[in-house]
Amino acid sequence: MNIYVLLKRTFDTEEKIAVNSGRIEDDGAEYIINPYDEYAVEEAINLRDEHGGEVTVVTVGEEESEKQLRTALAMGADKAVLINTEDDLEEGDQFTTVKILEAFFEDREVDIILAGNVAIDEASGQVGPRLAERLNMPYVTTITSIDVDGDTVNIERDVEGDVEKVETTLPLLVTCQQGLNEPRYPSLPGIMKAKKKPLDELEIDDLDLDEDDVEPKTRTMEIFLPPEKQAGKVLEGEIDDQVKELVSLLKTESKVL
Amino acid sequence: MSKKVLVIGEAREGSLRNVSFEAIAAANIVSDGGEVIGVLCGSGDLNEMGKEMVYYGAERVITISNEELKTYTSDGYGQALAEVIEDESPDGIIMGHTAIGKDLTPKLASRLESGLISDATEVVNDGGSIVFTRPIYSGKAFEKKEITDGLVFATIRPNNIPPLTRDESLTGEVTEKTVEITNIRTIIKDIIRKSTDGVDLSEAKVIVAGGRGVKSAEGFEPLTELADVLGGTVGASRGACDAGYCDYSLQIGQTGKVVTPDLYIACGISGAIQHLAGMSNSKVIVAINKDPEANIFNVADYGIVGDLFDVVPKLIEEVKEMKVNA
Ligand SMILES: Cc1cc2nc3c(=O)[nH]c(=O)nc-3n(C[C@H](O)[C@H](O)[C@H](O)COP(=O)(O)OP(=O)(O)OC[C@H]3O[C@@H](n4cnc5c(N)ncnc54)[C@H](O)[C@@H]3O)c2cc1C
Ligand SMILES: Cc1cc2nc3c(=O)[nH]c(=O)nc-3n(C[C@H](O)[C@H](O)[C@H](O)COP(=O)(O)OP(=O)(O)OC[C@H]3O[C@@H](n4cnc5c(N)ncnc54)[C@H](O)[C@@H]3O)c2cc1C
Repeated sequence: MNIYVLLKRTFDTEEKIAVNSGRIEDDGAEYIINPYDEYAVEEAINLRDEHGGEVTVVTVGEEESEKQLRTALAMGADKAVLINTEDDLEEGDQFTTVKILEAFFEDREVDIILAGNVAIDEASGQVGPRLAERLNMPYVTTITSIDVDGDTVNIERDVEGDVEKVETTLPLLVTCQQGLNEPRYPSLPGIMKAKKKPLDELEIDDLDLDEDDVEPKTRTMEIFLPPEKQAGKVLEGEIDDQVKELVSLLKTESKVL
Repeated sequence: MSKKVLVIGEAREGSLRNVSFEAIAAANIVSDGGEVIGVLCGSGDLNEMGKEMVYYGAERVITISNEELKTYTSDGYGQALAEVIEDESPDGIIMGHTAIGKDLTPKLASRLESGLISDATEVVNDGGSIVFTRPIYSGKAFEKKEITDGLVFATIRPNNIPPLTRDESLTGEVTEKTVEITNIRTIIKDIIRKSTDGVDLSEAKVIVAGGRGVKSAEGFEPLTELADVLGGTVGASRGACDAGYCDYSLQIGQTGKVVTPDLYIACGISGAIQHLAGMSNSKVIVAINKDPEANIFNVADYGIVGDLFDVVPKLIEEVKEMKVNA
């Protein structure tokens, strides 16, 4: 099988966020593979181990994304591709990323593309379904299990807590939800091997695209932090009295009861 | 400039979801005095639901009823809506940021080569330019965004944009459109309902959430009872899900659901940054934890330091009493 994973590099979930001159401060921030994309890498490796073939991990990003791609290779992916926009593009949005990915996939043999359900930074959840539509592929979002049998694919997906069982066919795009698997940690031999695995770098020019083709359709006007929460009130006294006070505060002060 | 805006309505168990009415209110801002048109896909008679959209402010409603639209599929809904979009050439589209909204809108936007602003919590008309606010980095920051080219297309987060007041004296045409649906590539074989009360966490007004401190699946029982008396629903931290006390579908946080209820009661939850990412924008937060140093107290409006198995039953009684006296 020709298995592809879409991988985005994101801030570590532990990071506190600061805004500096209208941008998210990224100085000194720790980065990780978007957690949902880890599920995608893990599932891709499992599919390959079961059905044969090759796992290629693709990122649209900057030079620094190499680190996360190497981690995916160390987990067991076979190849990585970095589409580096650093020198060519100043701005982008979901449309931009998908336009680039569409050009990348245009004349490739693809059986399945695995993406994350959402990236934890810009968090639109658009990239998977948008790309599937451009590639004219069926897609299933927020999957929690997948079973490929020939061209038939059986999937369970999470729909706001309910489980939906879906049957579909390859080629296919899926987006991964928590519960799909337990992503492995890269092993030491895995890390050593990853150093020798191919990591290709492309620019949009290599995909016959120029800046105008990928011009974003949206614009970010401002980034700001949520208002600082005022220190709350920790109640005191006997538990019985605290409970009474709480109900009364919820009723009269904050008016939510 | 006044605009024609479509609102894609959505039903759950036979009635329209609240977020569809919130979407009408958002569309009303986007339309700037233009026209707000409701659209409903489904099977059977959709006329009553259509009227409901009118009462909440849609000027007219288009319904598409077809057996193939009984359960949602991106292909089925995609085809139906593509035809409506073709007929109406709208200037904007608004929908709830729900499971269906998240699955469907990127497909439509991609087909139309349009921008899409997902998960907006606020919409304003700033001198004709429509500005959306949306959380980023799991609510640790916000951004203001606008569409620069093409349709004003957005999904809105439930519970954030107040709906217009329901008014049964409002009138508007509900017309049925026939669409042929072919070639659905994803077949829904079965749906196993796990959510009991039909209210999704993202739409709940009150959430009682349990963490590892709840200690077992049975430990969730008092929380469920408290949620019941408050007319709310139960959520959980990943700690509780990982420990097997409850289903992952209840998880709130960075890798779970993001919720903004009026009241969030955290019981036995330490308040890890990844958990806060999912609930810190709730209107009122109550923390019940036996550790006075727990981080959850830093975001709570009211805190009780104590054993949840002592506090929660007392809270249930107190709320019941309040209701009797009300
Ligand atoms: C030069 C440049 C500047 C940009 N500036 C901005 C900006 O200011 N604001 C903004 O919102 N976006 C910007 N983008 C686009 C941004 O990098 C994201 O790709 C896009 O916004 C999708 O992010 P998301 O968090 O909404 O992804 P989601 O749609 O939530 O992600 C879902 C899944 O799609 C896949 N995916 C998402 N992004 C990528 C990627 N880059 N590479 C590979 N797979 C991916 C992953 O599998 C991910 O789990 C810019 C892009 C470029 C090229
Ligand atoms: C990539 C990543 C993503 C994550 N995503 C999420 C996410 O989406 N959501 C999430 O919640 N977490 C997430 N986490 C996990 C998060 O870091 C914490 O581990 C988790 O939230 C802890 O759950 P908890 O508060 O229930 O458990 P603990 O941290 O163990 O806290 C239990 C609390 O219960 C209290 N307690 C114990 N007994 C009682 C009692 N009888 N009465 C009252 N209080 C009591 C204790 O004092 C303690 O404060 C993520 C982590 C990572 C690395």
